[in-house]
Amino acid sequence: MTPIYVLFGCLGILLALVPVSILLRRFSFVSRLVYVTSFIASTIILVAVFFQLLHQPIVATGLQLPLGIPWLGAHFRLDALSLFFLVVVNLGGAVTSLYGIGYGQHEKVPGRILPFFVAFLAAMNLVVLADDAFTFLLSWEFMSLMSWALVVSHHRQAGNVRAGYVYLLMAGFGTLSLLLAFGLMAGPNGDFGFASMRVQELSPGLAGVVLGLTLLGAGSKAGIVPLHVWLPLAHPAAPSHVSALMSGVMTKVAVYGFIRIVFDLLGSPEWWWSVVVLVIGGLTAVIGVLYALMQHDLKRLLAYHTVENIGIIFIGLGLALAFEANGVPALAALALTAALFHVLNHSLFKSLLFLGAGAVLTATGERDMERLGGLIHRMPVTAFAFLVGSVAISALPPLNGFVSEWLTFQAILASTELPQWSLRLLVPAVGALLALSAALAAACFVKAFGITFLGRARSSAASLASEVDRLSLSAMLILVLLCLLAGIFPGYVIDTIAPLTRLLVDGSMPLQSAERWMTIVPIKQSLSSYNGLLVMAFIITSASLSAFVIHRIASHKTRRSPAWDCGFPNTDTNTQYTAGSFAQPIRSVFGSTLFQVREEIHMPPQGSTLPARMTLQMRDFIWEKIYAPIEGVVAKTSKWLNQSQFLTIRKYLALVLASLVFMLTLVALLR
Amino acid sequence: MMFDLFIQGIQMLVVLLLAPLLTGLVRRVKARLLRRRGPSIIQPYRDLFRLMRKEAVLADNASWLFRIAPYWIFATTWVAASLVPTFATGLIFSWAADLIVIVALLGSARFFLALAGLDIGTSFGGLGSSREVMIASLAEPALIMVVFTVAMIAGSTQLSTVSTFMLSPEVGLRVSLGLALVALIIVAVAENSRLPVDNPSTHLEVTMIHEAMILEYSGRHLAVIEIASSLNLLLYVSLISSIFFPWGLADANAAPIDLLTGLVFYVFKLVLSGCLLATFETSIAKMRVFRVPQFIGTALMMALLAALLMFVTRSL
Repeated sequence: MTPIYVLFGCLGILLALVPVSILLRRFSFVSRLVYVTSFIASTIILVAVFFQLLHQPIVATGLQLPLGIPWLGAHFRLDALSLFFLVVVNLGGAVTSLYGIGYGQHEKVPGRILPFFVAFLAAMNLVVLADDAFTFLLSWEFMSLMSWALVVSHHRQAGNVRAGYVYLLMAGFGTLSLLLAFGLMAGPNGDFGFASMRVQELSPGLAGVVLGLTLLGAGSKAGIVPLHVWLPLAHPAAPSHVSALMSGVMTKVAVYGFIRIVFDLLGSPEWWWSVVVLVIGGLTAVIGVLYALMQHDLKRLLAYHTVENIGIIFIGLGLALAFEANGVPALAALALTAALFHVLNHSLFKSLLFLGAGAVLTATGERDMERLGGLIHRMPVTAFAFLVGSVAISALPPLNGFVSEWLTFQAILASTELPQWSLRLLVPAVGALLALSAALAAACFVKAFGITFLGRARSSAASLASEVDRLSLSAMLILVLLCLLAGIFPGYVIDTIAPLTRLLVDGSMPLQSAERWMTIVPIKQSLSSYNGLLVMAFIITSASLSAFVIHRIASHKTRRSPAWDCGFPNTDTNTQYTAGSFAQPIRSVFGSTLFQVREEIHMPPQGSTLPARMTLQMRDFIWEKIYAPIEGVVAKTSKWLNQSQFLTIRKYLALVLASLVFMLTLVALLR
Repeated sequence: MMFDLFIQGIQMLVVLLLAPLLTGLVRRVKARLLRRRGPSIIQPYRDLFRLMRKEAVLADNASWLFRIAPYWIFATTWVAASLVPTFATGLIFSWAADLIVIVALLGSARFFLALAGLDIGTSFGGLGSSREVMIASLAEPALIMVVFTVAMIAGSTQLSTVSTFMLSPEVGLRVSLGLALVALIIVAVAENSRLPVDNPSTHLEVTMIHEAMILEYSGRHLAVIEIASSLNLLLYVSLISSIFFPWGLADANAAPIDLLTGLVFYVFKLVLSGCLLATFETSIAKMRVFRVPQFIGTALMMALLAALLMFVTRSL
């Protein structure tokens, strides 16, 4: 039995859960039933596609179902690219379902979430499986709508309806762009199958237009700047395990869409495509992390970090395009491997972090970091998991986030031989942006973890928190384990990605599992190599050795006492640093021009004991400069058109006549 | 194989044992320059043993992170310091990590140090952490850009290969190397909390960064952190000397007498750079915290310029 039948069997189960969960929504067991079933279904798909990817990634299996447009049918296909992304999707699906078993118990109206959750999972699978434009777009739109329903599931909470509205608009815009891109690729004959698009050669200008439309369509879903505005609104609004799916997995499906169209369907790239993608990637990374630093809502901070990581992925993709256009497949494979590795990594640690934020939300009812703190004492396991996720996303060794950033740096270093001058000037600048965003990400996660979990509780909710249920914890710990494994055995991941790079850029990195002690070697050993296992072993050995020696020779007495704080400890928890004050130095360095930060301090009159007040003003320049004008034009136009609702009957008749004459003239002229 | 392991072990011990000595030397020279007598050069060792003998006083709400962070910080710094060539290149584990990994290991140490600063929930700890990450957010990209420049000149990010290449005559004088050197020195000053960025011997809490983060540490935990920061200073000195002044570096497979010569050269370089650092520190005043970004920003821009030069033409 080939995996594609297993896959469709499981997808059928997922879709069958939709009516089940609607019919049984009044029963309390339905939540558990749905999550357990979707966990099992996702795990089966995961195992099936994972073994297919390991053993027979080259063999592409297709399937045609008599659905959709009658003469076209619905085409599905499994190749190395879709297998890899199916692994990412179903890994996220399985873990979030496991988490949902416990987390879903706190849901007051499960009927608003369950049917959409399983449909959302199925839709993401279908997007990755689709092998013709119609099926792809249909699944894509299905995915958008299901996630929209999840975003507005708690529609009475302030801001969620607006988040859903902005999301719906941007999703519609994105699908429209993709529709036009596929229309251009299908050509005048209207052949919507991916197979015929692959052989079709587009003129360079037209291919450039398709690239632009794909960047708009897939990019708006992935969250590239400046199309990211919906993302930090919508991702936090959904329930936390859905946020994990949207941020960790759905943005990856968007990256899949971009890779599928640009690397697979569109034929050989022009070198200037890479300039566009690199600029977008670099700016997205830095702007994303700077926005993240300014947040004090934990989930919104994580959502902005997704924007940053998408930027890192696009930097890798841009480099891959540059190398491919210049006919260096080995380096293109390196850059593409870096991007795909980061896709996997980000899906792991971003899901982990959102699940951690969900646990905090369950335990305290708070997302605002200014009202959290000290949770490491009340929720030690969640704190540990969140810490591992923070280290991984900050690209620190020995965890997985570092490996993919290291590979990206190696790809950047290898690009000195590119013939184009603009690329030679651009690539080091993008390297600097990448380094900057990595450093800022570490700063941001010191803040996220430090303010939320360390220090003293800033509210009674935080001081009374208790650890979440075991299943939620085990979902997080699975991801912790995977982050660690991908970090210390990166060679296996790279070898698993190799069939994809062979498929997309006709090259691959050297076989890594043959290297001694699982070192990874991007090009050759004398240039650069990294051994996560050995670094991990060194750190653990020297840490435990020093701890052992010190406990042998030094005094191991420990005494607890009030904090020292230079002799003036203040028991008021408000004297701690907060999320806002922690970011203040960075805000003053980077934010004064970018966000036009204004800090005003109002001192009380002399002799008064009133507290001083500080007001902080920040402006979201992307919203003000790009979206607000568009909003204004739309509002003005609709107000103007609105007049046509209140005309007299004579004027309506005149309008009808005028348009009739116009149409007839048009026909006469065009014939 | 055994000999290689032995040499690697010697390297790990050498950095660990020499690190406090370098700190002591800098303090001593600084004192002499200020016409004070100053503590003995081995005072840091005495301090460490004194700290280790004392009991550790933990704040009531210190968490497990606060207790394991010193060991993690020490371990990552020690591993990073032993991966930088000191007296010999091509050690047995040198391929396990390249320059970028070393930078990231230091980042990992700083990450945990900043978290430890936030753990107790005091205002000084938060102040130190928030300033530290601000400085790091500029210093780390500058360091990465220096790495880029050096890697492109030497054609490798492996430090051993870089050092061997820098010893060969084909390097020559380059503008980009000069820029990278200045940038690296600025980063080293900032990352080691030296003047003019931070004052390692300050008693005015509001001005401090590193000391504010470790204010709540005592006893053995403080000792471990002190060794780690000494190691950090030694690491930067080794890094600068192995890239820009690699003279006297022996190959790991060379005869023991060559290795010994390498060691003598290394100690000489340490003494020289210690004296230079002390002279630099006594001749400059501390900056206001919000001037620091400009100072480190200069390093970032210089390093970026150096990297751009290398991308534009390989001969500059």
